[in-house]
Amino acid sequence: MNKSRRKFLTDSVRTVSTVGLAALGLGLYARQTSASLPAQAIRPPGAIAEEDFLGACVRCGLCVRDCPYDTLHLAELGSAVANGTPYFIARQTPCEMCEDIPCVVACPTGALDHSLTNIDDARMGLAVVIDKEGCIAFQGLRCEVCYNVCPVRDKAITLDTRHNKRTGMHAYQVPVVHSDACTGCGKCEEACIVDGESAIKIVPMRLAQSGGSPHYRLGWEEKKQAGGSLVTPDVKHEYNLPDDLDYDYSGKGLIKKGEEKTGDAEQNDTPFSSNPLDTLNRKGGL
Amino acid sequence: MKSASGKVGSEAIESKGWIGAHKWLLLRRFSQLTILALFLLSPWLAKLTEVWLIKGNLASSLTLNIIPLTDPYVLLQSIVAGQWPISTGFIGAFIIAAFYFIIGGRVYCSWVCPINIVTDVAAWLRDKLKLKGGVTMNRHTRFWILGFTLLLSLLTGTLAWELINPVSIVFRSLIFGMGLAWGMILAIFLLDFAVSRRAWCGHLCPVGAFYSLLGKKSLIRVDAYQREKCDDCMDCFIVCPEQQVIKQPLKGADKGISSIINSSQCTNCGRCIDVCAEDVFKFNSKLKKSN
Repeated sequence: MNKSRRKFLTDSVRTVSTVGLAALGLGLYARQTSASLPAQAIRPPGAIAEEDFLGACVRCGLCVRDCPYDTLHLAELGSAVANGTPYFIARQTPCEMCEDIPCVVACPTGALDHSLTNIDDARMGLAVVIDKEGCIAFQGLRCEVCYNVCPVRDKAITLDTRHNKRTGMHAYQVPVVHSDACTGCGKCEEACIVDGESAIKIVPMRLAQSGGSPHYRLGWEEKKQAGGSLVTPDVKHEYNLPDDLDYDYSGKGLIKKGEEKTGDAEQNDTPFSSNPLDTLNRKGGL
Repeated sequence: MKSASGKVGSEAIESKGWIGAHKWLLLRRFSQLTILALFLLSPWLAKLTEVWLIKGNLASSLTLNIIPLTDPYVLLQSIVAGQWPISTGFIGAFIIAAFYFIIGGRVYCSWVCPINIVTDVAAWLRDKLKLKGGVTMNRHTRFWILGFTLLLSLLTGTLAWELINPVSIVFRSLIFGMGLAWGMILAIFLLDFAVSRRAWCGHLCPVGAFYSLLGKKSLIRVDAYQREKCDDCMDCFIVCPEQQVIKQPLKGADKGISSIINSSQCTNCGRCIDVCAEDVFKFNSKLKKSN
């Protein structure tokens, strides 16, 4: 091997190794950044899933420029949000949910999903009543500010009337958020009347929702689906009914005498004995 | 031969005057600062006139609300990361790519890039203080870095280089808010000033490497059209940010080498034209020359 060729090879190996070393560091940084978006930094409407977003957003700031309310910011170098990417802080300036969604229209890539044309379909996050000890509605006071400022009024947030056990005679009117309507705009978080951090907060979708519990069946839902009860019909009542009442065993319960009973045939299928003593003396569970 | 004072370009200043000997440098600074100023002033103008001259930044922008421009290198990282852009991004990248394909890829470096001002100042100060030596780097390093940034984009699914790219970060920060980007400017300055001469633009920057590949066949080039008049003063060589590109076109007449500086690493900065008292160089079109 001649000298110049040897020098070329050793130089190349050295260069590649050095660059490779630096690339390892950069790769680690890139990995870390894609997992470290702070929960209070909310992406603009239509933003695709965070790990895809960091590959699609070119950091041009066109969405920021076209936001008429100066809601969006570009992350500066040194902030916890990947530098140059757009976000907003709901407590400071929430999304006003423009009908023409100018930020999405402005995006030159697919970072903000252009198929989002109805702002009500946006899912920037999900409002969560995160501090029930701080929320005055949960103390029995009337507030309803989050309910009233919500742009998807009476759908994304409803007020649930609950009994106030402390007084025994009043009601709580507590806010309940519904994920099928909440866009995560953050108007409620901005408006919440408590000091400092809001009692209701926009939580990114990746944190807000659980996977549910598919192995638990909800009896009333199953019944609706099946069009009838899935459990064994009621045991025949062994006590006297008032003169004008009768009992329907397949779901209707107490009925007026003469009203049509459903599924009288099923009654004959009952696994229970006609002798009430058998029921009382039976061992073990049902 | 070297002028009596020995300062680079002093002969050219004598023969052409200061302005004449800095013509292309001044035009470049004007170009760089005008582009930055347009991005900075547009939001103010838009408030007064409702017309946006240009918005966005060098990564992607929109001129007069119609013309999209997108950095093809940034878009390439995005595609490699697995994200297919919408047509706006493609059209913008095509316009930019076509533009630099014709006028010279690294024209971006010397006429647009904000970091160029920082590295030019660092090189100027380094020479002024006669700082010699430092780490030697291979000029091909940038291509390896370019390759690794694309590989990392592929592996991490992010725009890997855009996490630390000083070119886009500094430009964006000047428009949208500084943050800690001043630290990046300082780092690049110190690198070029103290660690190695012309380290960033001449050896490491993958943006420049990308644009040099884009401009391999470009039509506008510096031409040593009067190379027989060269008096070996070395001024062009000293000011050139890519010194390796000059020698062959300037001295290759005997070997039949074209007088056109064909290397795609030439940034068309025109400093060699400025500092040459003998007017050896000028910008030329490759088409014209071949006819």
